[in-house]
Amino acid sequence: MNRIRSTILIGMCLWLNACSEQENYNTAVYLLLDSSGTYTKELSKAQLVINYMLGNLHAGDSFAVARIDSASFSEKDIIAKATFDARPSTSNKQKRDFSIAIDQFVKTVKSSAYTDITGGMLQGIEYLDETRAHSKYILIYSDLREELPEGYTRDFELALNGYSVLALNVTKLRADNKDPKEYMQRVADWESKITSGGGSWHVVNDFEKDGALDLSMY
Amino acid sequence: MQITDLGSWLGDQPAISLILIALGAVVLLYFGRSTAHALSDSIFLGLYRFFRIASASVASGEKKLQERNRVVLLEHGRETVEREIEREFRRVHTIVERDLSGYPMLQREITEQISSIEEDYKLSEAVPPPGPDWIHAIEAVAKLTKKPNGETISAKVLEQIHKASVQQHGEILDAYREQVRERHLKLDGIKAYWRKLTNTIDEVGTVVQSLLDRSRDIDMRMKQYEEIVAATDQAERTLKASSLTQFLISIIVVGIAVGGAFINFHLIALPMSETVSSAGRVAGMPVSDVAGLFVILLEATFGLMLMESLRITRLFPTIAALDDKVLKRMAIMFFVFLLAFAFVEAALAFMRDQIAADNAALRHSLTGTVIAVEDTPINAWIPMAGQMIMGFVLPFALAFVAIPLESLLHSGRTTVGHLLGLAMRMLSTALRMMAMLSRQAGKALNSFYDLTVIPLIWAEDIFAKRPKKTVDNEYDQDSTLVERSSVANQY
Repeated sequence: MNRIRSTILIGMCLWLNACSEQENYNTAVYLLLDSSGTYTKELSKAQLVINYMLGNLHAGDSFAVARIDSASFSEKDIIAKATFDARPSTSNKQKRDFSIAIDQFVKTVKSSAYTDITGGMLQGIEYLDETRAHSKYILIYSDLREELPEGYTRDFELALNGYSVLALNVTKLRADNKDPKEYMQRVADWESKITSGGGSWHVVNDFEKDGALDLSMY
Repeated sequence: MQITDLGSWLGDQPAISLILIALGAVVLLYFGRSTAHALSDSIFLGLYRFFRIASASVASGEKKLQERNRVVLLEHGRETVEREIEREFRRVHTIVERDLSGYPMLQREITEQISSIEEDYKLSEAVPPPGPDWIHAIEAVAKLTKKPNGETISAKVLEQIHKASVQQHGEILDAYREQVRERHLKLDGIKAYWRKLTNTIDEVGTVVQSLLDRSRDIDMRMKQYEEIVAATDQAERTLKASSLTQFLISIIVVGIAVGGAFINFHLIALPMSETVSSAGRVAGMPVSDVAGLFVILLEATFGLMLMESLRITRLFPTIAALDDKVLKRMAIMFFVFLLAFAFVEAALAFMRDQIAADNAALRHSLTGTVIAVEDTPINAWIPMAGQMIMGFVLPFALAFVAIPLESLLHSGRTTVGHLLGLAMRMLSTALRMMAMLSRQAGKALNSFYDLTVIPLIWAEDIFAKRPKKTVDNEYDQDSTLVERSSVANQY
């Protein structure tokens, strides 16, 4: 009888212990907005993506939007960031403020001379690591053409283990139209860079497709 | 001819070599017959024994389980009938206390009424008018001698008397009429007493009839009780059927209650995230959801305790054994808790509406949709009020789940026990069939073996006149042994 009691007691303790472990199911998203050249015209479309994300992220999730400029490995490039509060009222306020900040950015953005995507990704990795989220996503809203100022080094492997990288709205440039191989090569290079770093790579150009922006699908 | 030559010759003659091999094999099989039979017997007999013993054990277990089920069923039935009898007695007590406690007063009232009636009746008796006492005086006067002119002496007197008597007669008649009128009035007054008396007696009759009905119910329950105590098959059958019905009904009602709890949970899950963190998770569930679930379970527990305190359910013998005063206090306390939770839920339901509206506004602002004022439903307060009412009512509704839950637990024990017994019986039969199969397979294998060496066995039977070995005997003996052991196991 005592043995049965002890077994039940130990079982209950183990169960309670298992239950009390607060697992992290949160999601963290870092969105990079290309603000170089003519791509700034695409930013109003990016706003829809951001609003969609705001609508679908929950309490405890983190979201940051940063611009890609000439030297993107900097906190200054983060336009808005938030870890949504557990209280729906506070969380909704955070989302409203976030949306307003993005709106202001889109209205006042100035084109940058260069496009440091890798620097932006590094900043994103840093931010996402700090969140300690269960699912980490880097969204790159860009044509994926990287142009670095002289003296900037970005030829190293990115540590992307456990990350999902989504390239959004990868537009075709005029040169790509002349030689589509350039476009394909550019995308393939990025894919290789991401996968060799341990991340998973996805390209999403059609936002109207069902579940195109549903992060749980990736 | 050397052996190598024989070998090469045989190699050239495949048919002959095949026949020789077959003959050699038959001879070998014949000599190994007893060993092969022993091997086959040990395997199949072993299997046969194993299955028989397993079948006997399961059958024994099933029998014990059925006995236990029977005991539990009868015990539960006895408890239920006892409770019903107790309830009937309580009703009788209530009737006696409420209606018959005033019986002495009622009796006095009836006696008083009867006395009043008697008195009135006596008063209403007809009093004969006073007799004419002076008749004899008149006769004497009338006999007096007549005067010469033919006039009697008494004529004048008689005339006076006549006048006086007429006058007196009139007066007496008036008095008599007055008395008759008064009597009629008294008799009229008796009518009300009679009516009152009839009503009182009717009331008593109704109460007595009600008591008679209750006593009939008690008689019926007592008969059931006696049958259960005597553990008759009829009582067991009745209880089994009743238990299954109760089980099914309870499952349906508990299912409905679970549906109610689910709705309740969804009603409070969202607003709970405003008070409890929804970022953390416990066992994969947001903490706010766990808190919501906990609140509902707490409400159900309070409801259960309330029902226990009111002696509606009897799941906890400790509570049932408590003093009436303590139970009353407990009932009040749990009712207050439930009431508090009902108010909390109503507030949460109100908050839910606010949060839902805020979420909708955010979604609209994010998608850039502008809501015109005229598009806003004017009667938006209706769902809000509905939610608040639901939030207030559901905790009380959940409290009543204790009744079907108790029924489910009691009937579930016997129903599941019965089903388990049925499954064990089926398993026992299956094991018995497996034992039979093993036995037949062993016999078939031995027979098949013998078939391959049949010429030699035949020759042996002719020359040695050896008695035929019966394989069946071993199995039959073993079967008897197994049956004996199983019987021994049962006791």
